[in-house]
Amino acid sequence: MSELGRKKLEALLGPTGPQVTCEECFEHLDEYVELELRGADADERVPGMRAHLDGCPACADEHQGLRALLER
Amino acid sequence: MCGLSASRGRGLTPARKNRLRAVANPLMSVAEPLPMPALPNYARSPVDRALADRAFDAQDNSPAWLEALRADGRRRDDAIADLHELLLRAARFEIGRRRAALSFVRGEELDDLAVQAADDALVAVLAKLDDYRGASRFTTWAYKFALLEAGVRLRRRAWQGREVVLEPERWPVFADPQQTAQRTAEDADLLRELQRAVLHDLTPHQRDVFVALALNEVPIDVLAERLDTTRGALYKTLHDARTKLRRELAAAGYLDEDVR
Repeated sequence: MSELGRKKLEALLGPTGPQVTCEECFEHLDEYVELELRGADADERVPGMRAHLDGCPACADEHQGLRALLER
Repeated sequence: MCGLSASRGRGLTPARKNRLRAVANPLMSVAEPLPMPALPNYARSPVDRALADRAFDAQDNSPAWLEALRADGRRRDDAIADLHELLLRAARFEIGRRRAALSFVRGEELDDLAVQAADDALVAVLAKLDDYRGASRFTTWAYKFALLEAGVRLRRRAWQGREVVLEPERWPVFADPQQTAQRTAEDADLLRELQRAVLHDLTPHQRDVFVALALNEVPIDVLAERLDTTRGALYKTLHDARTKLRRELAAAGYLDEDVR
């Protein structure tokens, strides 16, 4: 498989491994972003969050928005 | 919504807001505006002003927020008014951040969306106040409700009037012009297998959801609204569809171990 094909396939098939649901993502989003901004290991504290953000564009939007808002 | 209507009806003047912050309400520090040399403050839209405001207090005022929002009478009304202001700032910030994708929408309409988002976020925050567990600052916890409401409205506005197509509008082109003929043939085989699996191995609902979200890039909130379901239910269906497709492609020998 070409590198381009591989990337497009990964985008279509989404992340592998366990991930939180959209509801769980929203529940932990504030904690996760504050951990990230403190430099703590947010992915260890909220397992499955990163995979969900990689697979769900809407939740990823909200994650980026909250980070941007707090980082100003 | 009673609390919100009451807070709007009081018509918070700048002087009143400052007094609230300085005397009755220690919850919020007065935001220091960042320099925006392109336009004087009076000439900026509410969205631009929200982008220029600092969002964050230097200290964590979560206990004070909770106490005031659980108080009675005027103290609670004042806290609700300030919470609405905070949520409105967050909603305006989010809309400003993503305004490029909505360049065809008038500024007034965007600000209406921000106000609607802040109104609904306020209702949600007050209804879920007992769910706040202190895992983050109260303000961070509250902000996410405003961002959610603003995000949903923006995605729906961007798709307003557009048809949601549940048939593949286009299949991704895997072929890379720089690659060898052998790789091109491999990619074409993979795409054919993916198309076969989508058409034959997914349930009709899984196929509709996968095609709309993954192939046609319909925002999940838009699809949820059109299909009268929730974002969470759709994402679960998408996840199940992806898992099934990955399994089929792996069984046919098309996936590397780390993609699988």
